[in-house]
Amino acid sequence: MSKTPSSRIPRRTILRAGVAAGALQITSPFILTALGETPVKIGMVNPLTGVLSALAQSEVDGAKYAEAEINKKGGILGRPVELLVEDSANDVGTGVQKTRKLIDRDQVDVILGDVNSGIAAAMGQVTNEKKVFHIVPGGHTDTITGTDCHWNVFRVCNDTTMDTSAITPELVKRFGKKWFFITPDYAYGHSLQDGFIKALKKLGGTYDGDYLPINNQDFSATLIKAKGYKPDVLLNNMGGLTQINCMKQIVQFGLQKDMALGGALFEFETVKALQPEAQAGWWVMEWWWDQPKVPEVGKFVADYRAATKKTPSARDWFGYVSMHTVRVAAEKAKSLDGPKLSLTMEDMELPPDVALQAGKVRYRAGDHELMPSVFIGQMHPPKAGPDDVYTIEAAVPGDDAAGPVADTGCKMVHPA
Amino acid sequence: MSSATAIAARDEQPLYRRWLPLAVMSLALITAPLWFPRLGGYTALASGVLVFGLAAMGLNLLLGFTGVLSFGHAAYFGLGAYGAGLMLKYVAPSTPLAILVGTLLGGLAGTLFGLLIVRRRGVYFAMCTIAFGQIFYYIAYKWNDFTGGFDGLRGFHREPIGFGALAFDITNDTPFYYFTLLVFAIAVALMGLLLRSPFGRTLRAIRENERRARFLGIPVERHIWLSFSISCFFTALAGTLYALLNNFADPLALHYSQSGYFVIMAVLGGMRSFWGPLLGAAVFWVLKDFLSSALPTEWMAFLGAIFMLSVLFFPRGMLGMLKRRGVE
Amino acid sequence: MLTLILYNVTNGLMLGAFYVLMALGLSLILNLSNVINFAHGNFLALGAYMALELTKVVGFWGAFLIAPLLTALFGVAVELLMRFVYRRDPVYSLLLTFGLAFVMQGLMLWWWGPTPQEMHMVPALEAPVSADLFFITWYRVFMVAIVIVTVIGVFAFLRYTRVGLRIRAGTLDLDTVSALGVNVKLLRTFNFTMGCLLAGLSGVLATGAIGINPNMGDDLLMPSFIAIIIGGVGSLTGTLFGGLLIGVTAALTAAVYPAASEVVIFVMLVLVLLIRPRGLMGEEGMLT
Repeated sequence: MSKTPSSRIPRRTILRAGVAAGALQITSPFILTALGETPVKIGMVNPLTGVLSALAQSEVDGAKYAEAEINKKGGILGRPVELLVEDSANDVGTGVQKTRKLIDRDQVDVILGDVNSGIAAAMGQVTNEKKVFHIVPGGHTDTITGTDCHWNVFRVCNDTTMDTSAITPELVKRFGKKWFFITPDYAYGHSLQDGFIKALKKLGGTYDGDYLPINNQDFSATLIKAKGYKPDVLLNNMGGLTQINCMKQIVQFGLQKDMALGGALFEFETVKALQPEAQAGWWVMEWWWDQPKVPEVGKFVADYRAATKKTPSARDWFGYVSMHTVRVAAEKAKSLDGPKLSLTMEDMELPPDVALQAGKVRYRAGDHELMPSVFIGQMHPPKAGPDDVYTIEAAVPGDDAAGPVADTGCKMVHPA
Repeated sequence: MSSATAIAARDEQPLYRRWLPLAVMSLALITAPLWFPRLGGYTALASGVLVFGLAAMGLNLLLGFTGVLSFGHAAYFGLGAYGAGLMLKYVAPSTPLAILVGTLLGGLAGTLFGLLIVRRRGVYFAMCTIAFGQIFYYIAYKWNDFTGGFDGLRGFHREPIGFGALAFDITNDTPFYYFTLLVFAIAVALMGLLLRSPFGRTLRAIRENERRARFLGIPVERHIWLSFSISCFFTALAGTLYALLNNFADPLALHYSQSGYFVIMAVLGGMRSFWGPLLGAAVFWVLKDFLSSALPTEWMAFLGAIFMLSVLFFPRGMLGMLKRRGVE
Repeated sequence: MLTLILYNVTNGLMLGAFYVLMALGLSLILNLSNVINFAHGNFLALGAYMALELTKVVGFWGAFLIAPLLTALFGVAVELLMRFVYRRDPVYSLLLTFGLAFVMQGLMLWWWGPTPQEMHMVPALEAPVSADLFFITWYRVFMVAIVIVTVIGVFAFLRYTRVGLRIRAGTLDLDTVSALGVNVKLLRTFNFTMGCLLAGLSGVLATGAIGINPNMGDDLLMPSFIAIIIGGVGSLTGTLFGGLLIGVTAALTAAVYPAASEVVIFVMLVLVLLIRPRGLMGEEGMLT
């Protein structure tokens, strides 16, 4: 029996590699304590690989920037802050597993995540079970601060009701009441369209639309139908990368000549990926870097650009706010204990250099949703610079757009 | 080296030599919650290893012992998970019932599907298994109202097992690990018995030379179908445990990439050995966890490279190589 | 009403043409080498990224010609790895391409980043053919024209050239072809490269309709797969019809019940597997 070269595995090499890997695992938790005080650990779980990676990466960037900023100013409760980032790979199983890892192995005090609202909700179950404080920077589905609300979960980004009720009156006023929806067929898409329909009906509007597969590539059939319907406004509710494809095809078919374009969210990361002709329409931004009337914003943007060489988007801001929220809440509560932080956070206002917008920005007590202004404006090809692709026309206060807590379906139950 | 001499060589070893590896492994598994966290692991990861180990071993009944490649076993894994989750959410808060229903759902689906494709072989068989798996994936993620769609199935959790005072609460990670270990042990014992039986030997015969088996009068298609079906039951059982581990069922558990993971685990550990897939699952799962934490954005390339390297240079898998050396 | 149906059928044929291109490449590789190329979607993405980079240097038309060739070259390198596993159990070649898909996606994510990119198209191509036929842009016409030319080219190549003949013979019985003195290694390399060329070409063409990102090819892998199974494994004509059939069905469904336009191709798959497992044009015994 001859031994072919490929079967002579140098067992020593495998053993060495295994020992090295094992050693790394053992030593990593110990490395930081050698530096002095036990840090405040915050764990972020986000889909850094997969279709949501661009948005997730921005949130991580914002959080890392905040981490550096907080540490420069003395940390949280006098202790340094350490941000641990894990990839959920856009998969619930992985997201839940990493959450457990951060809590059990790394002993984090706070969990942040996930962009994917399904994963965020699943993580919420874990953090609730383990009584760990949890902030959702950018997962949009309504149930997180609605029917599935938990005492330990807070959210930064808006829910679909806020976005849709904010922009609907503006779109109706400018363009008309006959609308056509292009919506992805899953929970987020449904709640978005339902939100729009509710707001539209209040103003006496009519509508038609198509539910499409989440990752739909070709929109021709729907656009043929839309053209036939002759709406005043065509709403592109698709998410992420499919939103880009939809816009591209809308513009290629020349539909923007016959009808106005609009919708709820259009993320800055995806706006930049559009060709100039497709940068059109009226959209909601949950935060925008160009707010001339607010001085804190100008300073923040300048510092952020210097540090990261990019202009912050709403996602960067979500990550930034999440980290600073922990700092502000911990300092106010003088503790990192979950239930105490949670009580402190209710109706807590963010200071102006964190809120970075006009008005009072606070976490509503009833459902733990942050109430920033909802920005409404127009997307356009770059004017004053490559990032100047959106102009704010109006800002609706969050409370007005959100509607009463009772409508969200949230029954907040605090631990005894 | 022929298998006859191999068996003879193995039988010549003293009894304790044969049972020692098994004893060591059992000890390691039983005490895992004590030593695993010290090495940088965490109990939920260990439970995950058992779940995926079971799934991979189930697949290996078909792949390694019968010689038939299925690249769509995640469908049954996922059906097990959804079955268990749906039972817990809509029907009854009973963990044993959920496990039973989930296993039956996945197993029966596999049994029926097996009937359809049992005459195919090789790559075409694999293609059909992939396609079929994707059908269930699409059903899971389109049926928003029932399965929760793209966002997955939520709203259920592990229920204590037993009645009243005898209830065994598996909500926390450590009790759940031991529960999983128990289920794993029972399943694996069953599998072992199956493989030692005449049925098991027939499967190996089919793997070695299908034509000769046919000439010997063995109903090959029936055996392949049975092997397929049984492997689906075991994989579905693993799926139910997965749903309980996460308190969540999601469509990606059904995706062909998940199927690919099972195959990799079996091959990495050693297709031709019984415990190979468990070892493969342990290495793969821990490695994936470690890599994705160390390199959150680049881990995919490294993991893929490891797959490719192991396929190119370690086709027999870890246990496969150790076995050869031991016997020689 | 009739115009609407005609519109949607035309739409479907255009969509189908794209699926045909992807599926054809996958089919070529499958037929001769018995390998399911799980990384086919990633080759598409690679083609698109190559085109993106090349446009900056040689403009759109240059990129259009060169990008598929570069992708094919990458395919040559990959095929060299595949040689290690041809002789073995099919599971290894599947795992190899499966692992390759991960590697390619990871590398593309790392190099070009997660942010989606836009390729600047020749403006003349972006406009619709006419006001009535607004959904037929010159770009789509161009794409269909390229697909037709390519398909005819591939079929003619296989029919009338010596290498093509050997490939066709090889799909039926590679051992005999080898025994007849043909360099099977080179043949397989050539075949695999052709498949990758088609994937790269698909990628370049895709940039006109969808944005460029590392995941862009993922959702096209399954429909191509299904096109092959429905059309009949082992038959390229079958793949051709399979792709068109899927395209038309998906488009018509999108017009009537859009949410189901993805699922309907799986329904067709189940029907085919139940009623005629060898596919529309498959021959019994192919690739068993």
